[in-house]
Amino acid sequence: MKIRRIAGFAASLTVGALVLTACSSTPGDTETTQGSAGGPSTGIVTANSSEPQNPLIPTNTNETGGGKILDLIFAGLVNYDAQGNPQNEVAESIESEDSQNYTITLKDGWTFTDGTDVTASSFVDAWNYGALLSNDQLSSYFFEDIEGFSWDEDSELTGLEVVDDKTFTVALKQPAADFPLRLGYSAYFPLPEVAFEDIEAFGENPIGNGPYMLDGEGAWQHNIGIDLVPNPDYQGDRTAQNGGVSLKFYETQDAAYNDLLADQLDVLDAVPDSAFGTFEDELGDRAVNQPAAIFQSFTIPMTLERFSGEEGTLRRQAISMAINRQEITDAIFQGTRTPAKDFTSPVIAGWSEDVSGSEVLAYNPDEAKRLWAEADAMAPFTGTFTIGYNTDGGHQAWVDAVTNSIKNTLGIQAEGKPYPTFQALRDDVTNRTITGAFRTGWQADYPGLYNFLGPLYGTNAGSNDGDYSNPEFDDLIKQGSAAQSIEEANTFYQQAQEVLFQDLPAIPLWYSNVTGGSATTVDNVEFGWNSVPLYYQVTKS
Amino acid sequence: MAWYVGRRLLQMVPVFLGATLLIYAMVFALPGDPIQALGGDRGLNEAVAAQLRAEYNLDKPFFVQYLLYLKGILTLDFGTTFSGREVIDVMGEVFPVTFQLSIMALTFEAVLGITVGLIAGLRKGKLFDATALLVSLVVIAVPIFVIGFVLQFVVGVKLQWLPVTVGGDVTFRTLLMPAIVLGAVSFAYVLRLTRTSVAENLTADFVRTATAKGLSRSRVVNVHVLRNSLIPVVTYLGADLGALMAGAIVTEGIFNIPGVGNTLYRAIQQGQAPTVVSLVTVLVVVYIVANLFVDMLYALLDPRIRYA
Repeated sequence: MKIRRIAGFAASLTVGALVLTACSSTPGDTETTQGSAGGPSTGIVTANSSEPQNPLIPTNTNETGGGKILDLIFAGLVNYDAQGNPQNEVAESIESEDSQNYTITLKDGWTFTDGTDVTASSFVDAWNYGALLSNDQLSSYFFEDIEGFSWDEDSELTGLEVVDDKTFTVALKQPAADFPLRLGYSAYFPLPEVAFEDIEAFGENPIGNGPYMLDGEGAWQHNIGIDLVPNPDYQGDRTAQNGGVSLKFYETQDAAYNDLLADQLDVLDAVPDSAFGTFEDELGDRAVNQPAAIFQSFTIPMTLERFSGEEGTLRRQAISMAINRQEITDAIFQGTRTPAKDFTSPVIAGWSEDVSGSEVLAYNPDEAKRLWAEADAMAPFTGTFTIGYNTDGGHQAWVDAVTNSIKNTLGIQAEGKPYPTFQALRDDVTNRTITGAFRTGWQADYPGLYNFLGPLYGTNAGSNDGDYSNPEFDDLIKQGSAAQSIEEANTFYQQAQEVLFQDLPAIPLWYSNVTGGSATTVDNVEFGWNSVPLYYQVTKS
Repeated sequence: MAWYVGRRLLQMVPVFLGATLLIYAMVFALPGDPIQALGGDRGLNEAVAAQLRAEYNLDKPFFVQYLLYLKGILTLDFGTTFSGREVIDVMGEVFPVTFQLSIMALTFEAVLGITVGLIAGLRKGKLFDATALLVSLVVIAVPIFVIGFVLQFVVGVKLQWLPVTVGGDVTFRTLLMPAIVLGAVSFAYVLRLTRTSVAENLTADFVRTATAKGLSRSRVVNVHVLRNSLIPVVTYLGADLGALMAGAIVTEGIFNIPGVGNTLYRAIQQGQAPTVVSLVTVLVVVYIVANLFVDMLYALLDPRIRYA
């Protein structure tokens, strides 16, 4: 997942105004300024970003600072349009009979900016590099489904085979219907041969095949920004409509927002908490506030005392119904969060707001009390219900509100349990030493329902922090992955969600919105499914 | 004099060792595993995490880690950041920026603080004095980030007289507003120190003597009053240079300045011991050198102070 650096402070509860903003809840509904669709403009668009935390190597980048740059300077097999639909970019076709063995052919004419051709080997070599254990790549888990991948020793991806210059085949360990959908993620980008000669130097001055390229050696000024210019040899549909993109790195969102107000920054993709209540007035129709592919919840470990078995199910449902999500998103987040309707995100194709069982997400204090009493009849609840959170990410306000909501509705003791840092919280979660519920969040790597379900709730899955296990759920996920099409797969995934609504391994809270805007200097600002503006189509004269 | 300077420089060695050890221990004691945090909510696979821990020596006991770090420093190898950059390169980028900012802030507070303080001291009890004291009181009372945000919004966003943020454009013009904000509180202190000192010295015997000798008013004030009044002010300014460099975190955040403060803040958050320790150690050295420099200045200001 792409990690979003969250700076700034929690919007305080004392902010009195309940501003009801129009949160769009339909996928892909964008509030942007549509300028005249003329020819390419020549101005250089400036946008906010943050210093990449790693060298600019696709398989070693797992946060948005580096991801934004890679998406602009590389072109993968597929890319995603604003709605998150995949479309072939370098790939001519991606075919499979059984959702397990894929044949991928590439389009002709694609080159890297050093003049070399983009061939099947460009992909196969890059993926092998990314998957090799001793290369320590942060995104290596993207290759774990490919035949030959190992977490225990260095091993070649034997499932990758180069057929000819423009064709290669992929054999997966098990069927994955959404494999083509994943291929737009940066971990799957191709690398030119020169990259492997000195990967560290390459990470400093990467050479790609995307709509932009670095503006010469040293275009990446550390902690300051990076200058990108259009790539004249780019072959795809994301042709630059401006004279370049200059990403400026900000340490605080407040500074970036003030720059935007003064027209010293063109595009902003993160409004600071302090401006949540005002930015839509200040920016008018240049403001953006729409759901993002970020799902927020808190997880109640399956082993938590009084929260397992039939009694636990009743308590989980009671707690979910005791939370007034609408009021909390309005009061604390000023409408910059959208109450959750499921376990995924509305920007994902296949999302539905009425999955059977999702009634437990509605605020229903009477039913909550009844279910809690029913559970208490089996065995009485004593002690305090806690939600662990890290204090360095602006979570205190909502945790307090949620626990208050639970406390007032159910009449039990409930409170937040603060951890000083994100690391400290994760330590306790990873070691399973946490003694209560804890906050969890998930940002999608690629626009697919599976990405929100399999890795989080599958038995023994990597991010299954609550140790949830239900054979029925596992089976539906497996059937979905073996399906012949994404649409067919999604029906299984939605059934899997029905199981989750029964068991509630995590309590869905809300979807984060992307909040941003643009200055008066630019037009055609639209945000992609992953909350990153589509910089290439921004025009500036 | 040389012997004195030599002795002071020698004192830096234990201070340096003590400072690095303390800071290293504090970063080590930070809760949480910085390597796992690299993976975000998803976490990292244990196999990858173990390799990365070994790469950054994080799998070793505290003293081994610390000694390895010290050993590196002797060969000018300050370690690497998690993004694979040499810490010494990072320092080479951020220190000049913060140094320039601090010098501008120091100049601002010294020139303006001493001038206003002198006038206020000479006109003790008059309107100018009362106004200056009131203004300094307000500046001291209001937190620095409030001054920063307000100035940024009014001068930068609304009036657009000066750039809102600095970013990569580190020039006199862009640093002007941050320097004023950074030096604001110290300006108020310098003003008050100078004023009190001047007012006190005006009634001193040597000033009465100088006036009785028939020296001009300007010579009495500039040579006899001001020079003697500057000793406490210079002491304060010397110590302040270190404080300004280390204390620029808030200002650098508000104005997005790629300096020591921002880098330090991020390094602490990510638990990057080599970066934190190296940056802070250099700050400690700056502090010591600045204070040594101040002690040297005493001799210049007051010939009665001698170092043997």
